[in-house]
Amino acid sequence: MGCGLCEVYCTVQHSKSKDIVKAYKREWPRPLTRVRVEEDRPSSFAVQCRQCEDSPCVVACLSGAMHLDEETGLVIHDAEKCMGCWTCIMVCPYGAIKMDVSSRKVVAKCDLCPELDVPACVANCPNEALVYQEVKP
Amino acid sequence: MSKYVIIGGSVGGIGAVEAIRELDPVGTITVVAEEPFPQYSRPMIADFLSKEANMDRMKYRDNRFWKENRVQAFIGRKAVKINLKERHVELDGEDRISFEKLLIATGGKPFVPKMEGMEKDGLFTFTKLSDAVWIATRMRKAKKAVVIGGGLIGVSVTEALVKLGIKVTMVELKDRILSLILDATASAIITKAIEKAGVTIITGQTVQQILGKREDEDAVGGVILTDGREVPCDIVVIAIGVIPRTELVAETEIKVNRGIVVDRFMRTSVPDVYACGDVAEGYDFIVGESRVLPLWPVAHMGGRVAGYNMAGKRTEYLGGTSMSALPYFGIPTITVGVVDPKEDAGYEVLTRHDAAGNVYKKIVLKDNVIVGSTFVNEIERAGIFFHLMKNRVDTSSFKQRLLAEDFGLISLPQPLRQKMLLGEVA
Repeated sequence: MGCGLCEVYCTVQHSKSKDIVKAYKREWPRPLTRVRVEEDRPSSFAVQCRQCEDSPCVVACLSGAMHLDEETGLVIHDAEKCMGCWTCIMVCPYGAIKMDVSSRKVVAKCDLCPELDVPACVANCPNEALVYQEVKP
Repeated sequence: MSKYVIIGGSVGGIGAVEAIRELDPVGTITVVAEEPFPQYSRPMIADFLSKEANMDRMKYRDNRFWKENRVQAFIGRKAVKINLKERHVELDGEDRISFEKLLIATGGKPFVPKMEGMEKDGLFTFTKLSDAVWIATRMRKAKKAVVIGGGLIGVSVTEALVKLGIKVTMVELKDRILSLILDATASAIITKAIEKAGVTIITGQTVQQILGKREDEDAVGGVILTDGREVPCDIVVIAIGVIPRTELVAETEIKVNRGIVVDRFMRTSVPDVYACGDVAEGYDFIVGESRVLPLWPVAHMGGRVAGYNMAGKRTEYLGGTSMSALPYFGIPTITVGVVDPKEDAGYEVLTRHDAAGNVYKKIVLKDNVIVGSTFVNEIERAGIFFHLMKNRVDTSSFKQRLLAEDFGLISLPQPLRQKMLLGEVA
């Protein structure tokens, strides 16, 4: 439907307060959504990190901040190690990595909400367009 | 006897180790690394110099990397000879290591032209951690610097020096900085930002002589440019470029052009000997031939492919190209492939320049396939273009949307988008 609620819930989930009003109005650094709704009526869809197996961002990363978690196979970004060189943005085929420059220069991407059972965008998608399931490589 | 011997412990060697271990958990791996601290991120030395990154943050892989991958690592040791007949590598000192498969990942070294007075104290290059450490030590009493070369290394060291409060003069031989990777418009946007930070940029000139200080003739005190102008300074950083470190193979039968020649499987002209990274000439998917591309991500890709092939999984190297992301002086910029095509050579060029917002985008096409892309100040989603370039996608059906502000996956034809989202194309 292109309602954009996934972006809202993603932003809130990645805020300090986890409060929608504070997240949008008062928080600094600004919390960022890591999912993006693209629209071209009648089509619309949400794009977030696809957790590629042979991840271009991991291979291209200059600092080692973007890495593959051996246990889960997920692409993890360590913001503490990130040097904000933007090389991952250059090679991500989905355009799923964002610049996060409100406090310091790093990138941000979908982390599948590690503190939740189901990622916020999926849990709050009113039309059940987003689904969350494990795939075996 | 080691099944795999890798000369070089930077990103090419690391990529190869990781690839080999994916396939072969037991084969013995030996790595010979000259630098005492090999697994650090070389592109981060500017952040180290500017004190934004400490040694810990510099680590590209953590200290356990060699151990966890069961690598016998000769750290701080130098390979001095490759004996192809007896299939072993000689190290400084007495050690000899026999190999079944050899990877040469010795990297590049800074190109330093001859200049009068270059023996003076205060002259540096800037490619290794030790360079950054030396410059940092020297900084305590320096106020002014001259940086020779306005390429990626020159701009990155300039930014670090500016952050340390040093007055920098950048000297570039071409008519603009970053001339190999940016066109005149993009270069001008960054030039303006660098000058605003207090840097003097002098183009069309180079340094012909290094001068001493009045009180100490052996210490750098200034430079004389080609036109005779004198620029006083306390240090000089030479950042002209890097050249392949091919010395080790010079007296072998391994074929060397500008770098070590490798095929699409990262094999050299000698069986069981591979090469990758700044020392090699890997495939460029835009140019369609092999050339030296001294870039960190390219070295990693090549190292991985070499590793897979060494471990027996036939893997084709899809290639790199001239590809750089620039975070310098607050102007995020991404540039890939052809940036400034010759007129009348059959290229089509699309541009959007919002001078007020300092946003510049340029797409270069040949026969409807994107062969170059430049993004200044609006770089998110640049990777979609990289994907289209790498897969040589015919853009004729959506070309008019390429520079639209909301360009995204939605702008692509549905079948292509579907394939991408299902992960069916690389």
